[in-house]
Amino acid sequence: MQRKSPYKAIVIGSSAGGINALTKVLSVLPADFPLPIVIVQHLHPESGHHLPHILGTKSALKIKQADEKELIKKGWVYLAPPNYHLLIEEDFTFSLSLESPVNYSRPSIDVLFESAVYAYRQHLIGIILTGANHDGSLGLKKIKETGGFTIVQDPKTAEADAMPKAAIEATTIDKILPLQDIGLYLLQLVNRKYN
Amino acid sequence: MLDDIDNQNIELQLLLQAIYLKYGYDFRNYAKASVRRRVEHFMKKENLNSFAETQHKILYEVNFFDRLLLDLSVNVTEMFRDPNFYRSFRQNVVPFLKKQPFLKIWHAGCASGEEVYSMAILLKEEGLYNKSQIYATDMNQVILNQAKEGIYLINRLKLYTENYQKAGGKESFSDYYIAHYDHVVMNKSLKENILFSDHNLATDGVFGEMHVIFCRNVLIYFNRDLQNRALGLFNDSLINHGILCLGSKESIRFSEHSNIFVDVDKDEKIYAKEISL
Repeated sequence: MQRKSPYKAIVIGSSAGGINALTKVLSVLPADFPLPIVIVQHLHPESGHHLPHILGTKSALKIKQADEKELIKKGWVYLAPPNYHLLIEEDFTFSLSLESPVNYSRPSIDVLFESAVYAYRQHLIGIILTGANHDGSLGLKKIKETGGFTIVQDPKTAEADAMPKAAIEATTIDKILPLQDIGLYLLQLVNRKYN
Repeated sequence: MLDDIDNQNIELQLLLQAIYLKYGYDFRNYAKASVRRRVEHFMKKENLNSFAETQHKILYEVNFFDRLLLDLSVNVTEMFRDPNFYRSFRQNVVPFLKKQPFLKIWHAGCASGEEVYSMAILLKEEGLYNKSQIYATDMNQVILNQAKEGIYLINRLKLYTENYQKAGGKESFSDYYIAHYDHVVMNKSLKENILFSDHNLATDGVFGEMHVIFCRNVLIYFNRDLQNRALGLFNDSLINHGILCLGSKESIRFSEHSNIFVDVDKDEKIYAKEISL
């Protein structure tokens, strides 16, 4: 018997060059895309409040900043608020935290990814895009070890290649893709029938 | 790996239960994802491999628990954090406070006290300090002692001074502390009307007849049940028309106490208790 995609959520981490990269990925996805997407984009603590709007103008999906205790729903893209760590609880709601920066970052991609693994387990897709640091590698490794699916932007197509390179070194990557192919690949991945 | 996650969840639950049974600190209704992170961070520092191993040491070594307790609460804070909040407080709350014969003010979860001194400065500048009694509480005695001392690292002062100015400060920030080498000591006169004491929002009761309650960036670490408990305490501790101030990402709007409070400044999360008689 054929089953639908085993995946229930997508987490994305991006840093330097990330706004362009995110715009490219999100602009391909239709309004009825069946999975929620949760994003950590590194930003200056006092900026970034306009990011949902900036990304929203180029995407059919509904995009907002994640609220504390908000229930995660499909059809939505959630962004970590600037200067807070964003975590996913086992009941698929968000937590925020002002704990110290991790990898010099708050929000930290590792913090989001690791908490998402506890909530979604093997039903999670993790993506690392462009960036100039190493955040997200440990989180992506955890996603892979738990049976989730890992995607990294091909470093050759990244504005900053340190973060995708670090992720590729840290664990087995299911798909390394040029930036322009990631959105389309996600569509295939979630619409494919599984035996 | 999936079994590992289930086993770790059981071990974490048992660890929090052990802490509660042995020491009375109740972290069982904290937001689980962030509590797990903080315990794991502590374990890494202490070279421990599992929650179970941690639990054993917690039960048999009191000093060890004291160290964990410091790491379990998030004590990140700063003077005049979110300057716009203080600006709004001056504009929207101070006029109400000026009409009161005396003031009782509660800082719940004050951590190392930076925001308590910030508010003391604001009250002084608005001519309200002398009629105020301020209660600053935290569940952690070690951090509470730091708050009582009011000694802060000098390298933070640039940020604090900027915040103070953005917050609508009326004097020079340097009037409020004395610098000694690498740290500053807050003026004694700011401490006169502040009472520091032990209080745990998860297990302790009402703090009576307050005009203002500050509880900023504490509720984000609680689950929904514990948030409701804390907000219930605040509701029961406030006089009618009393003011509740939460952190900028916290809201009363999803809680069971929502209809008792009206917005004073929605963006800065300042609410007033309004019971219609």
